[in-house]
Amino acid sequence: MVEQTVQIISNEREADLYYRLVVRAPEIAPLVQPGQFAHVRILPLREALLRRPFSIFQVSGSTLSILYKTIGKGTEVLSRMRPGEELSLIGPLGHGFTVPPPSGETPLLVAGGYGMAALYLLAQRSPQKGIVFVGGRRRADILCEEEFRALGWEVRVTTEDGSHGEKGLVTEALLTELKRRPAGRKLFACGPSPMLKAVGRLAAEFDLPAEVSLDEHMGCGIGVCLACVVPIKAGDGWEYQRACTEGPVFDSRQVAWEAAK
Amino acid sequence: MNLSVKIGTLTLQNPVTVASGTFGYGAEYSQLIDLNQLGAVVVKGIRLGPVRGNPTPRTFEVTSGLINAIGLQGPGVDGFIRKFWPFLKELKVPAIINIWGTTVEEYAEVARRFDALGGVGALELNVSCPNIKEGGAQFGTDVKLLSQVVGACRKVTELPLITKLSPNVVSIAPYAKAAEAAGCDALSIMNSFPAMAIDIKTRRPRLANVTGGLTGPCIKPIAIKLVWEAAKAVKIPIIGMGGIQSAADAIEFLMAGATAVAVGTANFYEPQTALQVIAGLRQFMQQNRIQDLRELIGSVQTGK
Repeated sequence: MVEQTVQIISNEREADLYYRLVVRAPEIAPLVQPGQFAHVRILPLREALLRRPFSIFQVSGSTLSILYKTIGKGTEVLSRMRPGEELSLIGPLGHGFTVPPPSGETPLLVAGGYGMAALYLLAQRSPQKGIVFVGGRRRADILCEEEFRALGWEVRVTTEDGSHGEKGLVTEALLTELKRRPAGRKLFACGPSPMLKAVGRLAAEFDLPAEVSLDEHMGCGIGVCLACVVPIKAGDGWEYQRACTEGPVFDSRQVAWEAAK
Repeated sequence: MNLSVKIGTLTLQNPVTVASGTFGYGAEYSQLIDLNQLGAVVVKGIRLGPVRGNPTPRTFEVTSGLINAIGLQGPGVDGFIRKFWPFLKELKVPAIINIWGTTVEEYAEVARRFDALGGVGALELNVSCPNIKEGGAQFGTDVKLLSQVVGACRKVTELPLITKLSPNVVSIAPYAKAAEAAGCDALSIMNSFPAMAIDIKTRRPRLANVTGGLTGPCIKPIAIKLVWEAAKAVKIPIIGMGGIQSAADAIEFLMAGATAVAVGTANFYEPQTALQVIAGLRQFMQQNRIQDLRELIGSVQTGK
């Protein structure tokens, strides 16, 4: 992990409430593993203190990018920042996804909304191409579909209102696929908690390995404040582990789903 | 230029420490800052056995502050010694161990264990955590219990004892005096202030624990006043804390009567803060031709 002041190269609206931020971060970008995140201090944000965690979307040489949705004060201020302005980044942080080996289980990626961003590097660095399942409420929530196709992955889209792809939930599309061919798959998921829980259930039902990226309110991002804890099996019960340090990516079988939100 | 200060028999190379609970067990920050530049490292509160902590959400950000209800999650004495002490004991600066219990006997037992460990810089007694049902703040808001806790720990260790006081009292002076009379060497002022926030859409509290402790820049003026009051009441040194994010903030605490300071919540958003405070202190002393930091302590002029 490195703390670095970085310069914004671009910060453009992608669609609807979604933005794509590109920064020059030469000390951080080369270290990034799929599924890791950057903890961003939005310097113009005065009265809100904490950094905001974002999955690292893409990495290219000395730059890295982040795909974010404006959901609150922090991301709104961030969305108004212009090229040349500075941010403070700590990264790369957290334990990410395991890059699949060249042969073996076929990787199936499952994303809800901007959870897609956390999976891009995994798709790019995986020597095996698989299928990406992406879901959202409506068409505008489906991001970077073409960028995954450009990597040679098959992309299956679902929307809850049927405005794009198949109508339904992303996990329903996943279930259909698993029924068709139940064995030899490994799941990788990032998205809202109910989706991750459903992926965890499917993985258990079909006895498939799965890695899930869990989300919880984050404070420091480096493991000291213990805000972002998630329940992980330990001994006969479970204990709280840190999404920022032991996670955000956990083996689905290790998650104590009954205690998770 | 002298920046060193004394807390009981313990000498700090400079007065800037970190607040318990905002710095983990030190190792976490070692990749981002040189810990050996600090006055001391203060670890998160430890009781005898492991503690799971409160359910989530555990934190909520408010205007210029943070409400937390972590619930003192921790590995217990044995887990701490096994996992974190090997790193801490190699530091060149003192490690101050924050301890707590649910009974007077437990405080004393934890103190005894750390006394036996050897190499500990000082013990900080947490009698003021607002997020623990048993123990925690009940010891810090009852003068008699406070004296008993400090007295029981004093009996089992020669280590410098620091008592971390609660801000949630009508007047802090009796508590400061009671801790001093029971044999403690210094006071940490203050712990977080009890607080609450509500999500108006769901009508639910923002924290799973319903209430929490408020920290960050918004509590600084409260802490300054408490330090000022306590400093008039006791002779032992005070470690001032509450919302410090710059050298100017730290100097305010020193002028109010603190001998040392601790950077707390700012560690979460800017890990360099403590080092920036040290650099800023030196600069302030140079600019004002102050040879010894002790000249600043309690130097506030309240007369007309």
